[in-house]
Amino acid sequence: MRDIAVISFAQSPQVRRQPDLNEVEMLMPVVRDALAGAGITKDRVDFVCSASSDYLAGQAFSFVMTLDAVGPWPPISESHVDMDGAWAAYEAWVKMQMGHVDVALVYAYGKSSPGDIRRVLTRQLDPYYLGPLWPDSVSLAALQARCGLDAGSFTKADMAEVAARSRRDAKANAWAQLSGDDDPAELLGRDELVSPLHVHDCPPVTDGAAAVVLAAGDVARELCARPAWIRGIDHRIEPHALGLRDLTRSVSTEQAATAAGVADGPVQLAELHAPFTHQELILRSALGLGDDVVVNPSGGALCANAIMTAGLIRLGEAASRVTAGDADRAVAHATSGPCLQQNLVCVLEGE
Amino acid sequence: MPELVLPDRLRGVEPVRSIRTPARLDYEFTAGRATSRFLRGVAEKRLLGQRCPVCRKVYVPPRGACPTDGVPTEEEVELGHTGTVTTFCVVNVQFYGQAMELPYVSALILLDGSDLPIMHLLQEVSADDVHMGMRVEAVWVPDDEIEPTLESIRYFRPNGEPDAPWDSYKDNV
Ligand SMILES: [Zn+2]
Repeated sequence: MRDIAVISFAQSPQVRRQPDLNEVEMLMPVVRDALAGAGITKDRVDFVCSASSDYLAGQAFSFVMTLDAVGPWPPISESHVDMDGAWAAYEAWVKMQMGHVDVALVYAYGKSSPGDIRRVLTRQLDPYYLGPLWPDSVSLAALQARCGLDAGSFTKADMAEVAARSRRDAKANAWAQLSGDDDPAELLGRDELVSPLHVHDCPPVTDGAAAVVLAAGDVARELCARPAWIRGIDHRIEPHALGLRDLTRSVSTEQAATAAGVADGPVQLAELHAPFTHQELILRSALGLGDDVVVNPSGGALCANAIMTAGLIRLGEAASRVTAGDADRAVAHATSGPCLQQNLVCVLEGE
Repeated sequence: MPELVLPDRLRGVEPVRSIRTPARLDYEFTAGRATSRFLRGVAEKRLLGQRCPVCRKVYVPPRGACPTDGVPTEEEVELGHTGTVTTFCVVNVQFYGQAMELPYVSALILLDGSDLPIMHLLQEVSADDVHMGMRVEAVWVPDDEIEPTLESIRYFRPNGEPDAPWDSYKDNV
């Protein structure tokens, strides 16, 4: 296996609505910052992989237009995934393993504001049985939370605690959409949004973009004082039909964590892509994280949840904390699909 | 393949051969800063492009970025209302949603001062006479009907100037 590291990370302000900028205008400064963070220009990039969804923009082949942000001339080697950017990073990592690429640029963007995101996300459900019922993303998450509460896996107080801690941590994250000091007991006193979920259990609707630069071996060492080496990365998926899954745990995360080697050493920090409070609790246990692990110091997806982007941001946040020397070994996680259907786990280490 | 054996309660019922699941999603389109400036310009009967600071090309309608260099295009350039036909298509076939009478000509027109052709209609000329390099001018809708859309230009028509030399548009065919 080749040594591959995250050497740079950048993101846009994560906001409720970005009505002035189109996707390419939102993305351009992020790509610029990510390349500048690696101290390189686009000529040094061997491979570009992007992540977005036409369903967010309501426009076919929308990713082709955002390629303008990287200036794809002379012709470049490029790919796109209709998945969260963390999976674009995975594709770039695979391509780098094959040996022909030393530097890869990975970017993701998503504007949820053009459409009704709770309805848009129903289109990822199976088209015969579930899709025609239009069960929205918050309702499905509520179903999962109810399963966990009934099974005694966690309490609503645990969930409110996750919300309060995330918002408190996000105060130190200038890019976050939500932050603040909230009293968990006070949060629990407010009305439910979709029982048993309150607003604080749910992610904000977000427009945003992010990018990372990956580099291999000595190139990474040349470009970055302390690269965040990818020591393990894996992703697994569970069945489409919710009735076939145990929603109180995340089997695919458990499998990906084993394959990525999460338990092979101590974990100091984890950035978990948990758009709903109860999902953080399910993920902590799927990943076997102890109470001493710092979880989501960025505030996580509960404080900014740009679709297709929030998972890549977890990778970038975890990597930048390794690069900054705040952690020697960190875990980044990304999810996709309803109720944590698909999960990616990545172990990052400093040298 | 083994034969499928249905449970008793499903035997003899009419099989489902297809289902219909209509879907509709509504979106609010964001033109973006650059294209919004262009459209506001159109509402004032002006055609505004943007120049790339690196390769100096002028894009119209601008999208805010140079697709060659990946940098913002912030310098605004006002373009003339005349241009050159770089390529064209004579439409002879009916299609869904068609608003024009057949045959008609759809052309790529390189506005003077720009480096990217726009697509528009060509009229007041027989389809047989349309050719590459033909010089054309914009015909606008009446002033009180002008809106922030390219439909504010009804069509282009020949302006009588001699054909443009090949070198002036060869990069845009
Ligand atoms: Zn340029």
